[in-house]
Amino acid sequence: MLPTKSMSAGTFPIQKIRADFPILSRKVNGKPLIYFDNGATAQKPQAVINAITHYYTHQNANIHRGVHTLSQELTVVYENARATIQKHINAKNPHEIIFTKGTTDSINLVATSFGKKFISEGDEIIVSAMEHHSNILPWQQLCIEKGATLKVIPINESGELMLDEYKNLLTDNTKLVAITHISNVLGTINPLEQIIEWAHSRNIPVLVDGAQAVPHTIVDVQKLDADFYCFSSHKLFGPTGVGILYGKEKYLNAMPPYQVGGGTIKTVSFDKTEYADLPLKFEAGTPHIEGAIGLAAAINYINEIGLSAISQYENELLEYATRALNKIEGVKIIGTSKNKASVISFVVEAIHNFDIGTILDQLGIAVRTGHHCTQPLMQCYQIQGTVRASFAFYNTTEEIDFFIEALLKAISMLK
Amino acid sequence: MSIEETEQEITEEFELFEDWMGRYEHLIDMGKSLPMIDPKHKTEDKIIKGCQSTVWMHSELKDGKIIYTADSDAIITKGMVALMVRVLSNHTPDEIINAKLNFVEKIGLTQHLSPTRSNGLLSMIKQMKLDALVYKSQQ
Repeated sequence: MLPTKSMSAGTFPIQKIRADFPILSRKVNGKPLIYFDNGATAQKPQAVINAITHYYTHQNANIHRGVHTLSQELTVVYENARATIQKHINAKNPHEIIFTKGTTDSINLVATSFGKKFISEGDEIIVSAMEHHSNILPWQQLCIEKGATLKVIPINESGELMLDEYKNLLTDNTKLVAITHISNVLGTINPLEQIIEWAHSRNIPVLVDGAQAVPHTIVDVQKLDADFYCFSSHKLFGPTGVGILYGKEKYLNAMPPYQVGGGTIKTVSFDKTEYADLPLKFEAGTPHIEGAIGLAAAINYINEIGLSAISQYENELLEYATRALNKIEGVKIIGTSKNKASVISFVVEAIHNFDIGTILDQLGIAVRTGHHCTQPLMQCYQIQGTVRASFAFYNTTEEIDFFIEALLKAISMLK
Repeated sequence: MSIEETEQEITEEFELFEDWMGRYEHLIDMGKSLPMIDPKHKTEDKIIKGCQSTVWMHSELKDGKIIYTADSDAIITKGMVALMVRVLSNHTPDEIINAKLNFVEKIGLTQHLSPTRSNGLLSMIKQMKLDALVYKSQQ
């Protein structure tokens, strides 16, 4: 019953991996924790916790400006973290990697800075119906400020983008396409190559919200030819409060600073300020140093396992859970694209998602309930919310069995 | 029956159950037996903010006492509203304002009282007391 057995099929080292995540051995409401809320945030391996502890124990200083040894050593560690991230997503240059507070901050940076320079009245920005609020509101706000128009790519019943409609939305007035790589609700993996190719044929840049994609799949920003790619550390098994904006050098150089202050300058006088080159131009103030170090440790950790092995294992979990859920009467999965990541949203006929989540919590199972910061998407499906189970590579089929059993118990209680 | 007496009665009911399942099942049953709110009161302005599920709460003053009626689209939340209505309804504004509602802790629902908890038990209590304050100021 307990979620510790390795998968019968395959050679994925699940027992060893689970032992790397100390939180997985705790109990919740007297039951072993089953953590299926990885779409909200992922748990942290000991390697990440150790890296942060090591930093505060042995390395702490401020970076980029000290002549003393600690500062110089730590500056190297911090810039090595940037290089680790650059390599991980195959960016051409380290200075195309900007440390931010997270995906939301990265998108706001582009909306504010790119928007200031490149968006004016009558322009159009394209998003999709499956976006997280964080990839809608910055653009909606920008459009209000500039007198521009927000256009929305619709989705079909399976939760896939309607690409023909997208093609029709691209016009001479389109100045940017902002699209999610993987939907946080539907799990749909969007066909980015096609989306980007069509936009580029009209010289329109594309921003990708990669928050849900980086934990599950290999991202190669050069191969994708994305102009901006945003993600958060905490969904990638790293610490909270830090994230990444990848941007092509040509755009980042052309964009004005987002926030200004310490660290962003070459020279300052009361008459004139000359701003620093990339990436420091966009990194005002003392950065989240422990965050960068922790994120690099997380990336090194997942690369030891290998993202292709992770993807394959998570797909097995997804298929296993989908089959089991489809057998339960009254359960309807929202998001049935053939090309999906390990995220399953569902509704249960005549039972509120909040009630299901409450009962599952009593049984030690963490799922997300509600609208998942995607109210326009909920409106598309005419639902109030869903229950969402999102799996990481430390989850097991045994946990899914326990979850299904718990769900059946919840349904029988709540009917 | 005073507010404290009703609280005591509810506490004793919940003590009969040994585990969380029994307590939740009882809560669900209470939700199912909540007197129906008049559908005309299920309007946008009667929705209590801060709940993941939708809660409608209506109150009116009758012979110096406040009568609450409520509903929710989630059954556990409805059970919690039913508890609060059972305890506070049919009392004077002063009695409601001064109610300490210690029973929530005693029946093991304290975790639902956290302000960050999205089911809004705290929001319900606030709204009911706020209504009482309004009626008191009109008296």
